[in-house]
Amino acid sequence: MKTTRDCLIFLGQLAFTLLVAAFLIVPAVLSMLAGITSNYFLGVKSGLTLQWVLQVWELYHDTIFRSFLIAFSTLAVTLAVGIPAAYALHLRNDRVSRAVEEIITLPLAIPGLAIALALLLTYGGFSDFRRSWLFILVGHAIFTLPFMVRSVMAVFAAIDVKTLDEGAASLGASPWRRFCDVIVPNARPGILAGSLMVVTLSLGEFNLTWMLHTPLTKTLPVGLADSYASMRLEVASAYTLVFFIMIIPLLTAMQVFAGYRGAASGPKR
Amino acid sequence: MSGNDKTNGHGVALRVHACAKTFADGTRALEPVTLDVARGETVVLLGPSGCGKTTLLRIIAGLETPDAGGRILFNEADVTRVPIERRNVGMVFQSYALFPNMNVSDNIGYGLKIRGVSEAERKARIAELVALTGIAGLEHRRVDQLSGGQRQRVALARAVAARPSVLLLDEPLTALDAALRERLRGELNRLLRTLGITAIYVTHDQAEAMALGDRIVVMRRGAIAQVGTPRDIYFAPANRFVAEFVGAANILEAECNAGVLLLPGGRLALANDAAAAALNGHANGRIFAMIRPESIRIIAPDGAALTGEVDSVSFVGDRQRAAIGGVAGKPIMVDVPNSTPIKAGDRVGLSVDPGDIRVLAGDTA
Repeated sequence: MKTTRDCLIFLGQLAFTLLVAAFLIVPAVLSMLAGITSNYFLGVKSGLTLQWVLQVWELYHDTIFRSFLIAFSTLAVTLAVGIPAAYALHLRNDRVSRAVEEIITLPLAIPGLAIALALLLTYGGFSDFRRSWLFILVGHAIFTLPFMVRSVMAVFAAIDVKTLDEGAASLGASPWRRFCDVIVPNARPGILAGSLMVVTLSLGEFNLTWMLHTPLTKTLPVGLADSYASMRLEVASAYTLVFFIMIIPLLTAMQVFAGYRGAASGPKR
Repeated sequence: MSGNDKTNGHGVALRVHACAKTFADGTRALEPVTLDVARGETVVLLGPSGCGKTTLLRIIAGLETPDAGGRILFNEADVTRVPIERRNVGMVFQSYALFPNMNVSDNIGYGLKIRGVSEAERKARIAELVALTGIAGLEHRRVDQLSGGQRQRVALARAVAARPSVLLLDEPLTALDAALRERLRGELNRLLRTLGITAIYVTHDQAEAMALGDRIVVMRRGAIAQVGTPRDIYFAPANRFVAEFVGAANILEAECNAGVLLLPGGRLALANDAAAAALNGHANGRIFAMIRPESIRIIAPDGAALTGEVDSVSFVGDRQRAAIGGVAGKPIMVDVPNSTPIKAGDRVGLSVDPGDIRVLAGDTA
C-alpha cells in the first residue's frame, strides 16, 4: 500500500522535474542546433554543417581570448584585493567595517550601465586607458569584488578565523606569516567558491562591458550581441555554441577542482 | 622526562601592574589590577563569566592592551607595548585554535618553525612533546580526526613546544565532558609541575582551580576579590562572594552577642578569634558567619545547643546532603555520611566546632 503510494509520488516528482528541465534545456539545444544547421529556415533537413562555427571563429576568436584574459585578470585582482579585504573586515568587525562591506556590495544593486557611465565620466579623458582592455577590467573588478569578499568572509565566520589568527600570533607568527600559513589555507573553500563566481560572472558580463568596450576591445558577450544584431541567425547560434563549448568545460573543471580541494583539505564542518 | 633541562625550568616572573581595561564601547571589563606571579608558579584566575578573568589573561598575552597606566612585566622587562608574537608566550585556547590545514606534528612544530629551528631539532622536540602529552601515534592525523581530549593535548603540546616564558590557558577543559575533564585535569597538573613553567590558568570551575593552582585569584566584576592558596580561599574566604563561589557554604546572618551567635534554632559559640573579628567591625550587631556543610555534624536533638528539622535529603553517592530548616533564616546545608539514616521530617541537633565558623565581611553580598 504504502510503497505504491511512494512510487506514484516519486514518478510524479520525476515527471515534474523532467518537464521543468526540458523547459530550460530545449531552447538551449535548439539554439545550438541552429548553429550547425545549413539553413535554419529550412530546418535540420537542409543538412548539418560546421561552416558557421568556422566563420564565428574567424570573425570573433579575438573576443574569446580577450574574455578569458579579462576573466582571469579580474580573478587575480579580486584575489589580491578581496582576500586581504575580507580578512581585515572580519577582524575589525565594527561599524566602520560593516559600512565598508555595504559599500563594496553596492555595485550589485547599481545597474552595470550606471557604473559604466560613472567610469566613463571619470576616466574617459585618459584616452590610452579608456581604449585598452584594462578599462573593462576595472569595471569587472568593481562588479565581481563583492562576490569574492562575501564568500571569503562567510568562511572566516564559519571557522572562527580570529582565534586561529590569535593562535598563530601566540606562536610567534607575524601578521604576514599568519595570513599566508593559516588564514589563506583555511579560507580555501571560500576562495575557490568566490573564484568560480568571479570567473563566471566576468565571462558572461554584458551590461558594463557593452558600455565600456571599443570596437577593438570586444568581449565574448559583446561579440554575441553584435552577431545577433548584424549576422544571420545561424552565425549567432554558432557563436552561442562556441560560448558553451568554451565555458562548460572550464566551469566543470573549476567545480571539480574546488570540490576535490575542498574535500581534501578544507575544514570539515 | 623530568630532569630534562630542555623541558624544564623555563618561565619568567610575571608582574601585572595596575592593568585596567575599558573597551571602545565604554564597557569597563577590568578595574586596575595588580598581581605578581613567581617564576614557575601556576596561578588560576577564577570567577563567574564576565568577571574580567579572560580580559586579564588576554592583556598578559598581548592580545589586549591595558588602559593607560597599566604595565605588564616579564622578569622586570616592560612588555606592555610588545605584540603577542614577540612576547614568547604559549597559549591554549578554549576552542584550541588548532590549524585545520596542518596535521598534528605540523601544529605542534609551528612555533618552532616560525623561530627558524632546524627540521631535525623540530622533529626531536615534537617527538618529546608527543610522548609527554600521550598522543604518540597521532602525529600524522589531521586535527579534525581527533577527539576532544586529543585536541586538548595537541593544543597544550603546541603551546609549550617553543619553551614560552609564560603559559596561558583560557578554560582549556571547558569544552570536554565531565569524566574526561577530571582525568585531563590530573594530567595537566602533572605536566605543569614537570615543565616547571610559569602558568596562568583561567577557569570558572572552582574544583579545577583548587586542583591546579599554587595560588588562586578570585575575581568578581573586573576586580580581584581575593588572592591566596586553595586552602586560604576555601577555609578563609575574604568575603561572602568568595565563600559562596568557592565550594558550598552556609552563610548565616545573625545577631552576635558576646561571642555567641543567636539563631532561631539555638545558640552557636564562636572561637575567640572569630568573635574578635565579629566584634572588631560590627560590635554587637548583625554579622555574617560562614560554615561549610562538611563541618556540621548531626547529633541527637536532646540537649543540643542548636536544633532543626530535616527539610530534604539528597543522596549524592559518596555522601548525603541534607537541608535543615528552622535553624537559621533559611535552610542550612549539612553533609551527612552516606550510611547515616536520615529523612525529611526528622528532628536533629547540630554541632559545629567553633574553629570552623568564619565571620565574613558581609558588605559585598
